[in-house]
Amino acid sequence: MELNEFVANFAEQFDDTDASEITASCVFHDLDEWSSLIGMSIIALARTEYGKPITGAELKACVTVEDLFNLIKNK
Amino acid sequence: MGQFNPFTLVGKQILVTGASSGIGKAIAVACAKMGATVIVTGRNVERLNETLSLMPEGDHKAISADLTKAEDIESLVTELPKLDGLVQCAGVGSRVPCKNISKEDLQRILMPNVEAPILLQTAILAKKKINKAASIVYVASRAANAPSVGNAAYSASKGAIISYAKCLALELAPRLIRVNCICPGMVWTELILKDGVEKEQLEQSQLTYPLKRFGQPEDIANLAIYLLSDASSWMTGSSLDISGGGEGILTLN
Repeated sequence: MELNEFVANFAEQFDDTDASEITASCVFHDLDEWSSLIGMSIIALARTEYGKPITGAELKACVTVEDLFNLIKNK
Repeated sequence: MGQFNPFTLVGKQILVTGASSGIGKAIAVACAKMGATVIVTGRNVERLNETLSLMPEGDHKAISADLTKAEDIESLVTELPKLDGLVQCAGVGSRVPCKNISKEDLQRILMPNVEAPILLQTAILAKKKINKAASIVYVASRAANAPSVGNAAYSASKGAIISYAKCLALELAPRLIRVNCICPGMVWTELILKDGVEKEQLEQSQLTYPLKRFGQPEDIANLAIYLLSDASSWMTGSSLDISGGGEGILTLN
């Protein structure tokens, strides 16, 4: 699992946010497009792409995209 | 003269699937308390025995089975006595947005929620394990008609089972066997705490229901008792909402 690739996959879940706005240090809960629906997409991404189920509470506790990367990586 | 009780289940043999937890567990225990002899099935023997331990004395029995496996359906049905009641409650929940639904997600939801109950029903009918004038209850969901975000595959699975049950009701009517669906709104079970839905969120969300709370499994069990008893002899092909007055399933921000 590689950080840049994860950031790209994460950015893929958004439709109206430019991929350049989404970096490893991005505070993703503050993005305009962030919603519980996108949260569900991220949980689906973790399960299908990386085979690591995460919970909503774990997702909520992550601040940056990199936090999320580390969470999934260390599962 | 005995006390008036149109809801008694005394003398009835009832199979409950998904009886190791949640709504199925509550229905199984309630049936036993109403006098039925109950057979519970589910995947986990330990949890089935826990359900049995909550029942009053009787010839109740646990038969473990994974209903998504043909051989398990076969051995379960072989072991069954002739049934007066059947409650198809086994099922799984899921929240996946439409743009992420994969073939695996579909299988994970449709196998236990649609394929398994239909094939179990086939086996029970083919092996003549259901008595004349029996009552069959499918636990569906308000989700079939109330859209909520991330719930598409689950809603579709419940819609499918409601449509199936209506056809089954027609086919079994000549033998006076009744088939009805229960469509619960949100009920406090493990099933609703799935895929990113948190308890705190649900505690807020339940206040949108007119009766200001989500259901308890026992609320659903009471309706199941009615449908399994002779009190509902003139009901078939119906699907009943029970949701504290709530229209939708869940509103997420």
